[in-house]
Amino acid sequence: MQQSAEFHTRVEHALANGQIKTSFRSAMDGLMAKRKAAFPDPEALETLRFRGAQIRANSLSKLHELLEQLENNCHKNGIQVHWAERIEDANNIVLTIMQNHQADLLIKGKSMVSEEMELNRFLEQHGIECIESDLGEYILQLAGEPPSHIVAPAIHKSRQQIAQLFNEKFPDIPYSDDVDRLTRNAREILRKKFYAARVGLSGVNFAVAETGTLCLVENEGNGRMCTTVPPVHIAVTGIEKVVEKLEHIPPLLKLLCRSATGQAITTYFNMITSPRKQGEKDGPEEIHLVLLDNGRSRIYEDDELITTLRCIRCGACMNHCPVYARIGGHAYGSTIPGPIGSILEPQKAGLDKLGDLPSASTLCGACAEVCPVHIPIPKLLNRLRFERTRNDHAGATLGQSSGRTVMEAGIWKGWSWVHSQPRLYRLAMYIITRLRKLLPQRIGPWTQVRKAPHIAQKTLHELALKEGFNDK
Amino acid sequence: MTNNARDAILQRLQNSQPSFDNSDKSVSVEAPEWPIKERIEQFKSILESVRAEVLLAHPDHWTDTLKSLAKKKQLNNLLFAKKGPLGKTIEDAWDVNEQPSLVNNERPISEWKESLFFHIDAAVTSSRAAIAETGSLVLWPTEHEPRSWSLVPPVHFVVLDADKLYNTFAEVVEHEQWQQGMPTNALLISGPSKSADIEQTLAYGVHGPTDLIVIVLT
Repeated sequence: MQQSAEFHTRVEHALANGQIKTSFRSAMDGLMAKRKAAFPDPEALETLRFRGAQIRANSLSKLHELLEQLENNCHKNGIQVHWAERIEDANNIVLTIMQNHQADLLIKGKSMVSEEMELNRFLEQHGIECIESDLGEYILQLAGEPPSHIVAPAIHKSRQQIAQLFNEKFPDIPYSDDVDRLTRNAREILRKKFYAARVGLSGVNFAVAETGTLCLVENEGNGRMCTTVPPVHIAVTGIEKVVEKLEHIPPLLKLLCRSATGQAITTYFNMITSPRKQGEKDGPEEIHLVLLDNGRSRIYEDDELITTLRCIRCGACMNHCPVYARIGGHAYGSTIPGPIGSILEPQKAGLDKLGDLPSASTLCGACAEVCPVHIPIPKLLNRLRFERTRNDHAGATLGQSSGRTVMEAGIWKGWSWVHSQPRLYRLAMYIITRLRKLLPQRIGPWTQVRKAPHIAQKTLHELALKEGFNDK
Repeated sequence: MTNNARDAILQRLQNSQPSFDNSDKSVSVEAPEWPIKERIEQFKSILESVRAEVLLAHPDHWTDTLKSLAKKKQLNNLLFAKKGPLGKTIEDAWDVNEQPSLVNNERPISEWKESLFFHIDAAVTSSRAAIAETGSLVLWPTEHEPRSWSLVPPVHFVVLDADKLYNTFAEVVEHEQWQQGMPTNALLISGPSKSADIEQTLAYGVHGPTDLIVIVLT
């Protein structure tokens, strides 16, 4: 209940914040237009989405085999594979690697799984400095804020706010709110960190089972820096990111780049298959792959909810969501915001903790219409609303029935009882239509912005009878 | 602990293997097939749209193009791989005191990291193939042309043989049978480093090269 109150407070704050409204609206409009332009042929887009969904569904259908194959091939290639049930386990694996190398600085590429792990906070408690090197993530690290979008993390910040932030943190660098200048300043600050760090960390966009290859998609080059320059590279990923074959990568890459930002391709597509080999002059000497479960195998148990795991993290669903555009990413209070976050995060954390998120949707369907891998998000939102109130304890979802209240359950029980007894039903309808003037005019939040519904003088049943329809 | 985690996770996944259709009948995704001239045009225009420079040159005279660009950009030095596929041609084309001065370094990065990071102005490498549809260069860095050369110096020159220009990424993977053996690192590079993280405004040269110049040998 407390979490629910906090969620509503965050939403109210976001709605009252004019800057959130303007910055998200214009950014989302831009991203939607770019995506549209990147897929000029609707028929080709549908074929490609069908292919993308098929590839992801196929991979999930044999996930345990593919993970074993990935592990085998990584071992053959010299990549060390670690498995983690929970985020604490994953954090400890990273910490141990850092300690084994006496490393006190970790340079990080963009990774939503490391956000899920709250890795920075954990390592800092153990005296290890973490530096985010993606420009947006770096800005947020300076501000002490979490990302508000999975592809464009600092989308809620204005140029002036960022300039102010740099000025506070680096008073020696002259103030500028010019985007090129700010970018150049960040380049110079972070270049020294890439140079100094002994360990680099990245996420994984796709892991290819057939070859043991880790794929990274990025524009800035920070991901390549983190995986090329430091002597040790740690990649963290969820167990669902594996795909079967290398030939599956080109269609998924095309869908990801075009759906996310409307680019034909990102500047860098980085495919890592082994540590530095004999004779090679650079690249990490050690690569570690951390495979994190954290609730994913539980989502996997349900034949409908499993489609949540198809996600390739393009962010198109949030770009097209009217609720996300209005409240921004932070209001959700989950690592991943927006429509995909509203189905994924409550399943990971439990409906008792994030059970409000599936209701933070108008079910307009825009998310499902743009999803590159056909995740039926509105259907799953509905399913989770049901999971939150069902009481037959027949599902695997964490926090099932945590939102069930005696009153609500009682009302629906009464409703179904009345509807199964024709005489009682008619009597109830007769009374309600005759006493309609006595019904309350204020019904909670509904009537804050609307009028209460008016009940007709006569029931449809009565009107039909009058028109001569046969009751039998 | 890790082994227990591994077995427990795999066991759970195996126990709850989903019952949905997992057929992998490939739907044919329509792929463009351009004649070579159009392929080059497409490659050039899409790379130029992300502020890369693309120049066509004769296979016998491309070092003139490289030289004039390097001079125009007022580079002090140019990193090249003496033992790489372009090494001899570049060395033969350069006079002893000609600017920018050629730098060749065959040591591991740890032994000269500072100068690579802070003193090298530009690097020139070959490329394995390229993709017309997305304007991408395909690099499989080698011991002679290490992967940091296409990343750390602010200017990157790439020499591409037009015969190696494919239509799509899928075509490259299939034609070259990548699944038979992947290199340590395979890269697609499709422009200079960029970011739109500040107010969705594009800025170039974030962490990788600010300038990407492709010389296509036709």
